[in-house]
Amino acid sequence: MSVIKEFTKGIVKENPVFVMALGLCPVLAVSSSVENAIGMGAAATFVLVFSNIFISLIKGFIPSKIRIPSYIVVIASFVTIVDMVMEAYVPALHKNLGLFIPLIVVNCIILGRAEAFAGKNNLIRSIFDGIGMGLGFTLALIVIASIREVLGAGQFLGFNVLPVTFKPMLVAILAPGAFLVMGLLMGLMNLKKK
Amino acid sequence: MELLAKIFAMAIAAIFVQNFVLMRFLGLCPYIGVSKKIDSALGMGMAVIFVMTMASTFTWLIQTYLLVPLKIEFLQTIAFILTIASLVQLVEMIIQKTAPALYKALGVFLPLITTNCAVLGVAILNINEEYTFIFAILNGLFAGLGFTLVLILMAGIRERLERAELPRTMRGMPIAMIVAGCMALAFLGFSGLKF
Repeated sequence: MSVIKEFTKGIVKENPVFVMALGLCPVLAVSSSVENAIGMGAAATFVLVFSNIFISLIKGFIPSKIRIPSYIVVIASFVTIVDMVMEAYVPALHKNLGLFIPLIVVNCIILGRAEAFAGKNNLIRSIFDGIGMGLGFTLALIVIASIREVLGAGQFLGFNVLPVTFKPMLVAILAPGAFLVMGLLMGLMNLKKK
Repeated sequence: MELLAKIFAMAIAAIFVQNFVLMRFLGLCPYIGVSKKIDSALGMGMAVIFVMTMASTFTWLIQTYLLVPLKIEFLQTIAFILTIASLVQLVEMIIQKTAPALYKALGVFLPLITTNCAVLGVAILNINEEYTFIFAILNGLFAGLGFTLVLILMAGIRERLERAELPRTMRGMPIAMIVAGCMALAFLGFSGLKF
């Protein structure tokens, strides 16, 4: 039963983006369209799951003094793999996400889970924790991206969803829109908590 | 003169038009996390300017004289993050020995900078944009200045927000985000600037 709990906690109760406010840079930067959001979410989830697996397997061999640099090297290796695979198979998406793929290395969610969870728990629990947190991150990205894409371009995943008479609010897909939508969503989450 | 004009254009672009925090979304964690007081914002800003300039210098040298000749560019991400981490550690030790007063002021912020994505971001951008050595260093310096500028502005606003009457749900993070959004709107006004 506890495995299921490790899986679901990342999606709502300990959602990395809305509740813990981790990894904000990629969330705000790539959420201007739902397609980019899904791509980024998938890339980060892959890195999160595999670095969790690897770190939970080698946690016994790493002296605790150099554990953070070791975690960073493990994460950077998986990021490099994702970077190369995406460049080869989805070059358009890779170009859109650009700088933010190598920057997954410094995403606090991944190092945070390595330090707070995978370094202390066994393999199975770490895998489910990774998948749950990754899904939570992806879902948060999709929620923000849907709002921004619908308001800012009148589209969802590239399809027109609003009547032609609707005038897109361009500001929603520009930089300020990301901050405003994020602020309002965080406020909504606070409202729900009370 | 032409060189000076180029440097000036780069400064305007890095500080205002393509501000790292508000337009490129890099370094948001310290921007939200360390912007509650002007003093600490200033300390963090100085530390970031320093590390970004150093990181631009060293990562450029490593890319040009190590990774490219050996044809191991795919190791870029790992090499850069390790460079930055060791650089931060080194800077911390040097400052601790030579300038204890400065160390006391910056101390807490230095280790945080390793995971500041603006530092890794500027290092990778320098390579992607194919800047020359001097321009890479300057880009690091200007990006750091832009980061410090908005960090201090934000801290000034948040010191006042502390005393403002806000709905309870919007206190803390949410209102910080809204303020950042308004600042980004203001900075959008620079986007027409071209030299």
